[in-house]
Amino acid sequence: MSILSAQKITCEKSDRTLFCDLDLELNNFSLVHLTGDNGAGKTSLLRILVGLSQANNGTVKIQGQDVHAEQHIACESVVYIGHKLGFSSVLSAIENLQFWASQQALDLKREAVLNVLDILELTGLEDIPIKHLSAGQQRKVALAKLWLKPHSALWVLDEPFTALDVHMIACIEHKISEFVNQGGAVVMTSHQPLRLSCNTTVMHLEYKW
Amino acid sequence: MVSAVLFSVVKQDLAVAVRQRAELVQPIMFFVLVVTLFPIAVGPSPETLQRIGGGVVWVATILALLMGMERLFRDEFNDGTLEHYRFSPCPFYLIVSAKVITHWFIQIMPLLLVSPILVLFLNMTAQMYWALILTLVFGTPLVSFVGAIGVALTLSLNRGGVLLALLLLPIFIPLLIFATSAIDSASMNLAYHPQIAIIASLMLCAVALCPIAITYSLKVSQN
Repeated sequence: MSILSAQKITCEKSDRTLFCDLDLELNNFSLVHLTGDNGAGKTSLLRILVGLSQANNGTVKIQGQDVHAEQHIACESVVYIGHKLGFSSVLSAIENLQFWASQQALDLKREAVLNVLDILELTGLEDIPIKHLSAGQQRKVALAKLWLKPHSALWVLDEPFTALDVHMIACIEHKISEFVNQGGAVVMTSHQPLRLSCNTTVMHLEYKW
Repeated sequence: MVSAVLFSVVKQDLAVAVRQRAELVQPIMFFVLVVTLFPIAVGPSPETLQRIGGGVVWVATILALLMGMERLFRDEFNDGTLEHYRFSPCPFYLIVSAKVITHWFIQIMPLLLVSPILVLFLNMTAQMYWALILTLVFGTPLVSFVGAIGVALTLSLNRGGVLLALLLLPIFIPLLIFATSAIDSASMNLAYHPQIAIIASLMLCAVALCPIAITYSLKVSQN
């Protein structure tokens, strides 16, 4: 089944065409690794795919539903982790994750969140305001969402490995492979080569003048 | 499910507000200071103060609310929380409405609490005080909802503060006219219900229609 299908999408930013008539089809058990130079339009593409930005042209459907439809039920099956982590800097990791979960209508116990923070080696830091954590630790709190939304079908990850240490990158890569092998679909950008044990397609975005 | 999501949005906003107490106190201090400047500037004659009192409190209220208005979406826009609301099963305009109402509540409660002291400063009668409270209760949601459209539109500009005031202040002139007219009527022991009714109807229109505009402005700002 096609989870994500984008047809003929065109994006222009300040009179520069980032990409034109781009098609992307993503099925279960598959991962698309977007590569490209800085400014090639990777983040813009991801934002269009999840409906945060509007493409100049073309349609995007997640599980058969238009991402811009008013009843965006499609987006409930999506986990999106972008450059902005989506956390209030004055709240702690556990508060932020619990608020995020209840706003996504997930029923999460405090213990479940604590277990995931334990896997991500954030034990003891769960009650500290996010702004006092390092960049890598903040990124890890955001990545905890991958564990906490079990019924998702599509992960859209924008540079998930930024600021992470080598050991943690391996842990996240393992989690991504596991998700894809269980029937999920992933679109992600990363500047480093991935070591994944799953069906991977590399898609290169050319920098256009 | 929708109510659980909205409850969580309100709880998060209240938790953030409690952590950022200093930012909350600033508009209130500003409000109190502006109001206390008037007796010093125009002279402490009780009749003069009574005549200008209603207008002074209302102008100070609108300025103080505009000062705190930026807090509404600015942090959430910068840290990306606003993007994540788009993936919630709850309609975005309901989340936005819940946020505006929470923000209004956080801002207006301290104003209402300090208002009795200011009434003493400005030599207002009990009748005028009740008229003031009623106009504040019915009029300030209008300021919050209409102001939220301005905040949502100016989010992607880095420094939207002054522009926001320039955009919004002229819009509040009708509200100011009716609010001060109600307090004037009260000072002469006349009925002030018509003005309150007009303010309340303006407020209800704003509450019904503004969320649509706010939602759309936020989508444009995030694009």
